[in-house]
Amino acid sequence: MLDFSILIDYSDMLWDGFKVTIVASLIALVASFIIGTVVAVMRITPIAPLRWVGTAYVEFFRNIPLVVIAFFFFIGTPAIGIRFSGITAGTIALSIYTSAFIAEAVRSGILSIPKGQMEAARSSGLNYMQTMRMIILPQAIKIVIPPIGNQFINLVKNSSILALISGADLMYQADLISAKTFIVFDVYILVALLYLIITIPLSVGLRYIESRLANTY
Amino acid sequence: MDFIGAYSLDNLAFLMQGFYMTLKVAVVSIILSFIIGGILGTIRFTRVPAISQIVVAIVETIRNLPLLLIILFTYLALPEIGINLGNTVSAIIALVVFESSMIAEIVRGGLDSVEKGQIEAARSSGLTYLQALRTIILPQALKRMVPNLVSQFISLLKDTSLAVVISLPELLHHAKIIQAQNTQYVIPIFILIALIYFAVNYVLSLIAKRLELKQT
Repeated sequence: MLDFSILIDYSDMLWDGFKVTIVASLIALVASFIIGTVVAVMRITPIAPLRWVGTAYVEFFRNIPLVVIAFFFFIGTPAIGIRFSGITAGTIALSIYTSAFIAEAVRSGILSIPKGQMEAARSSGLNYMQTMRMIILPQAIKIVIPPIGNQFINLVKNSSILALISGADLMYQADLISAKTFIVFDVYILVALLYLIITIPLSVGLRYIESRLANTY
Repeated sequence: MDFIGAYSLDNLAFLMQGFYMTLKVAVVSIILSFIIGGILGTIRFTRVPAISQIVVAIVETIRNLPLLLIILFTYLALPEIGINLGNTVSAIIALVVFESSMIAEIVRGGLDSVEKGQIEAARSSGLTYLQALRTIILPQALKRMVPNLVSQFISLLKDTSLAVVISLPELLHHAKIIQAQNTQYVIPIFILIALIYFAVNYVLSLIAKRLELKQT
């Protein structure tokens, strides 16, 4: 039933899309990790206004659809004169959306470090930011790895929304190829397999890391 | 930016129509996903030989695919083998397939969290395995799953917006139609629909949080 032979002609397009999917996911992962960590620290600082901003950021972006954010950067911002390409708009949207989830993961990681650590570091002369950076965050990272790994898998899957804003990712190329060849079924099955090539090893690897980390405690 | 023009009564009514569609699709999908996900999760938990392995393979495959791909596949690829569903049914089926595999994992996790001694005690007091599962394990597990299930419903509500790709007349689709009339409406409409999604999902997330606190 399945016949991928015609699709060999289009392997370049699929490969291009595959690369965009991976690169966009990786950039969004790094960006959302940085933003997420900053927001997480904001959410637990003793300074109330920073806490409010951090909480508002997390609650807002966690509770609206990713596509709405992506459309905003693709068709919304041009209305006020700021234009992004589909890939850029999609990567920005992915970073913002994912950072809200990563902020929550990092925050609970930080909160799981015993209070005594902060008090000991502060009383040995470090200031709040130094303690955060050198004592608390390095320990929290370990706890945060599994949820962030999960977010990366979500990122790879969510990056398919690039297709909706002509972001030239794997899903987008699949659309183009099926429009050109009038073969839909086989193209989608092939693209599904390509996604699984990325996500299944990540899931399996993540489960392995999780079990390793669970054994260290 | 023309807020007054964008928020005309006609436009607001049109958006509400779209939002009604979003809610309808989400509620139908979540009910079906609960049922199918519940069955799949229980099968996975009980470790019935062969059947459980098949369920694991299906659930893991679907969980690792983008939902957008499943939606497009249901709407565009199935007609090629003679299955024409239309956009509403396609959206619901795609959402149910995806979300029920997510819920299957939540259900399995909930069942796993009930101490093993419970089932042993139930069995040794004369209940069959299925009776023990139904009367002892499931009620306890259900209580622990509720917060996660509510979170999954939030995800589903957000995910319905992906059906914009198959022109399902839901909130985002109606928003795009209004935005196409006048570029001055683009940003005001984005702000409004973001607030609508936010309001509903934020309330749901507060409910999830309250249910979680109740248990600890």
